[in-house]
Amino acid sequence: MTRFVLVLALLFLWAPVVLLAGFAFSDARQPFLWGGFSLRWFHALAGNARLLEAAGLSLLIAAGAATLAVLAGGALGWVLARQGRFTGRPLFGALAAAPLVLPEVVSGLSLLLLFVVLEHLTGWPRGRGAGTVLLAHASLGAAYVAVLVQARLAALGRVLEEAAADLGAGPFTLFRTITLPLMLPSLAAGWGLAALLSLDDVVLASFTGGPGATTLPVLLFSQLRMGPTPEANALAALLLAVALPLGAVFWWWKGRSR
Amino acid sequence: MIRAAAALWLGLLVAAPLLVVGAMSLGVPADGVPPYHIPLLSGEGLGEAEAWSVLTEDGHFLGALWRSLWLAGISAGCCVVLSYPMALGLLRLAPRWRGAVLGLALLPFCVGFVLRMAGWVGLLRDSGVLNQALLAAGLIEAPLPMLYSDGAMLAGMVHGYLPFALLPILAALAARDRALEDAAADLGASRLTIFRTVTLPVTARAGLAGFLLVFIPAAGEFVIPELLGPPEALLAGRAIWQEFFSSRDWPLAAAASVALLGVLLGPMLLWQRAQR
Repeated sequence: MTRFVLVLALLFLWAPVVLLAGFAFSDARQPFLWGGFSLRWFHALAGNARLLEAAGLSLLIAAGAATLAVLAGGALGWVLARQGRFTGRPLFGALAAAPLVLPEVVSGLSLLLLFVVLEHLTGWPRGRGAGTVLLAHASLGAAYVAVLVQARLAALGRVLEEAAADLGAGPFTLFRTITLPLMLPSLAAGWGLAALLSLDDVVLASFTGGPGATTLPVLLFSQLRMGPTPEANALAALLLAVALPLGAVFWWWKGRSR
Repeated sequence: MIRAAAALWLGLLVAAPLLVVGAMSLGVPADGVPPYHIPLLSGEGLGEAEAWSVLTEDGHFLGALWRSLWLAGISAGCCVVLSYPMALGLLRLAPRWRGAVLGLALLPFCVGFVLRMAGWVGLLRDSGVLNQALLAAGLIEAPLPMLYSDGAMLAGMVHGYLPFALLPILAALAARDRALEDAAADLGASRLTIFRTVTLPVTARAGLAGFLLVFIPAAGEFVIPELLGPPEALLAGRAIWQEFFSSRDWPLAAAASVALLGVLLGPMLLWQRAQR
């Protein structure tokens, strides 16, 4: 029974994706209609300046937001795991976790209103654009990084840090030579997760971005509202062509290292 | 020092936005850029809180909120009900294949959220693949209107949010103590009874966390209803979006956000408790 459900669920998860990638190779102008084999939509994709520009902007924002999220989230996770009890700790913990569960429309609207009110009061940030989208994505990503870092530090315990302190390491040396290396795997995973969240986001970017800062998901969403395009199919096929071998290599490498 | 910096981050990017939304919900729309006036920020007291009286007297938004909670509940329920047999099926596989099949289940997500929904549009719309197949097979005479329905919306929700329920449930099932189930089997319990009286209770916390991790974001979901749902289906996320972008009534959008948050506060606190 469970195996049957598993197979059905895999079919359910894959059906739209396989169709998407499969019809990328159709010659028909209308997407999801078979018109013979052709690679024309991949050429069209390569020549679609708007889409490429949006993709470039999305990658830049994702890299920046993930880096900022690692810095902030690393600090948040470290404080939550290593600073014990302090005044306001329950509020600190609740605020650190809040972005994980806030509905996107609420965090998008609230961040935008913050930026507008801040600009009104202080003159910064001047207008909305890539910078404000980056900050919004970083605030979401930091919450995920904080969870990963906190879990890792809590699981490792303090033994190594206490040993280093007994051997006379100062707080800065201790952090640089012990704590930071221990945090590193969770920081790396957090960077990747924050970048993926940023690359997948429509709502935050729609609220906090200006007309000059259209990210790839926002562009794809606005096009899809008018109806699917064959270029989107080609993009999906390309993404699968990158992810499938990566997944296979990862599985093979994990199987070997066991 | 680090704690102060972290607190500043949280204050600026988490607490302050929520406070600003609260203040905005007490404002009034105004002509101009930006299109609002907040009496509270200009030192004029609380003002009339017009947005709130619109919100509570107009059944329009309360209905949207109610529908959203329904949709979120059904979506989260479907995700949890699907996750249990999926996770159990995964755990019956040999360890080496388990990773591969889990990877296979998660790989469609690499295509990205919007494109996955584009796949559903292509599958379900009038000229879509499913209708083409049914027409070609002679099973139907005219295309079935499947897209822009509650069913399409639900399929998109489950497709979008399944991992949020699957991963915690899988982790809890993998870590459970099998001895309890073996004992129940030795005492003659049927497989269904074992699941109901042993497996489900020992993983209830993860099941609840998975349910809430789908329920909370789904209650405010905007993109999926917009792309797959009935055009007239008013949901909380859509109402907030429309008030903000189309009607440009920022105070009303803010009040609707606060109302949505208020309704979700219970589930959020429950989720935080289920984490411990």
